[in-house]
Amino acid sequence: MRLDIAFIVDHLPLLWQGMQVTLLLTLLGIVLGIALGALLAVARLSGVRPLAVAAAAYVDLFRLLPLLLIIFWVYFLLPLWLGRPIGGFYSALVSFVLYEAAYFSEIIRSGILGIRRGQINAGLASGLTYGATMRHIVLPQALRNMFPVLLVQCINLFKSTSLVYVVGVNDFLMAADVIGTKDNRLIEMYGFVALVYFTACFLASLAVSRLQRRYAL
Amino acid sequence: MIAIDKVGKWYGRTQVLADCTTAVAKGEVVVVCGPSGSGKSTLIKCVNGLEPFQQGRITFDGISVGDKATDLTKLRARIGMVFQSFELYPHMTATENITLAPIKVLGRGRDEAVARAHALLERVGMRAFADRYPANLSGGQQQRVAIARALAMDPIAMLFDEPTSALDPETISEVLDAMIALAQDGMTMIVVTHEMGFASKVADRVVFMDAGRIVEDAAKAAFFDRPRSPRAQAFLSKILRH
Repeated sequence: MRLDIAFIVDHLPLLWQGMQVTLLLTLLGIVLGIALGALLAVARLSGVRPLAVAAAAYVDLFRLLPLLLIIFWVYFLLPLWLGRPIGGFYSALVSFVLYEAAYFSEIIRSGILGIRRGQINAGLASGLTYGATMRHIVLPQALRNMFPVLLVQCINLFKSTSLVYVVGVNDFLMAADVIGTKDNRLIEMYGFVALVYFTACFLASLAVSRLQRRYAL
Repeated sequence: MIAIDKVGKWYGRTQVLADCTTAVAKGEVVVVCGPSGSGKSTLIKCVNGLEPFQQGRITFDGISVGDKATDLTKLRARIGMVFQSFELYPHMTATENITLAPIKVLGRGRDEAVARAHALLERVGMRAFADRYPANLSGGQQQRVAIARALAMDPIAMLFDEPTSALDPETISEVLDAMIALAQDGMTMIVVTHEMGFASKVADRVVFMDAGRIVEDAAKAAFFDRPRSPRAQAFLSKILRH
C-alpha cells in the first residue's frame, strides 16, 4: 500500500466543490443561527413571562435532542406535513439553524448576564433609556466577552455540517468519500479530509485564544 | 430641592429602609454615614429611582420620584451620580464615556460635546488622559472621569455613593479634592461616605443611619461636637480614633 499524493491533487477541484457546500452551510448556519439565537436570548431576558417560558422551552428541547435526529425529522417528516420534499441541503440548513440557535442563545444570554448591574445603573442614572443602555453599554461589552465562546460554537458547527452526508448532500466529506470509494483510495481521501478539518479547526482555535488574551477585560 | 418623606423599603420581607425623612436644600451638601448595611446606598439610589421603594414619598425639584406617571429617564438626566466602583464604560475612552449621554439624551452635537468633555476633564485634572481607556487609568483617575461624566449632563444635584471606598489610600485625596471644589462651587450634593475629613470640611449637615433608619440628622458642628444618639457616638469614636 503506497500513498498516492497525486491522486489527491488530481481531485482537488471536485473536493473544492464539496468544500464550498460545507462552507456555505457553515456560514448560513452561523448567521441565521445567531440571529435566531439572539431573538431567543432577548425573549428569555425580556421579563415577559410567556415569551421567556417559550424561549426557555425551545432551548431546553433542542439541547436535549441529537442533531442527527433533528435532521431526520426535518428531512423525512417535515415534507409529510408540508406536502412536498424540501431537499437535503435545505433540510440540513434548517436543522442546523434550529439546533445551533439553542446554543447560540445561551451564549448570548450569559454574555448579557455577565455585565455588572452597576453598568446598567450608570447608563440609567445618566438619563439613557433602558433600550439605549442596552445598545450602547451592555451589548457592545457582552459581544466582546462572548466572542471567543461564539467562535468555538462556530467551529463545532463547521464540523457538524459533515452530518449532511446522511441526507445525500455533496459536502466536503461526501465528495471525498465518493472519490475514494470509486478508485479505492479511501486512505488518501479520509486522511486528507482529516488533515483539512484538523488544520482549519486548529487555526480557528488558535485565533480564539489569541482574541481571548487580547480582549480580556 | 430634595425631600425624602417617611420612606420605607423592603427586599421581600426584609425591611431595609424604615421611616426615613430628611431634606436637602439647593446648594446644600449633606453627608450620609453609618455602618455598612445601614441602608445609606439604598437610600440615595431611591432618590433617582434606581431602587424602587414601597412606602413614603421622595420629591426632586417638585417631581415625585416614586410616582408611576413620572418620566424617570427625564428626571435622571438632571441628577448626576457617582458610584463606588466608578462604572466607567470599559469599551469607551474617557472622552466617549463623558459624551455618550449628552449626545444621546440631550441631543448635543459631537464637537460641542467633546469640547465640553475636555473642559470638564481639565477641571478634574484629567485633560491629559482624555483618550485613555478606563483599564489604563488608576482608580482615582477613573473616579475623576466619572465625576466629569456626571457633570457633563449639567445636573442640578449630584449623588455620590461611597465614591472613595474602592480607592487606594493615596488616590482618595485627588477624588475628594474634586468633590470639595464642586461643593465650593455651590453644587447640591448628597454624599454617602466614611470620609469624616470631607464631612467636616464641606458638609452642611450630616445624616447618620443605622439599620435602615435615620438615627441622627444634624448640622455638621452639632453632629461632630455632641451627637445625641449612642449609636452615632459609638460610630464616631471608632471612626475618629485613628
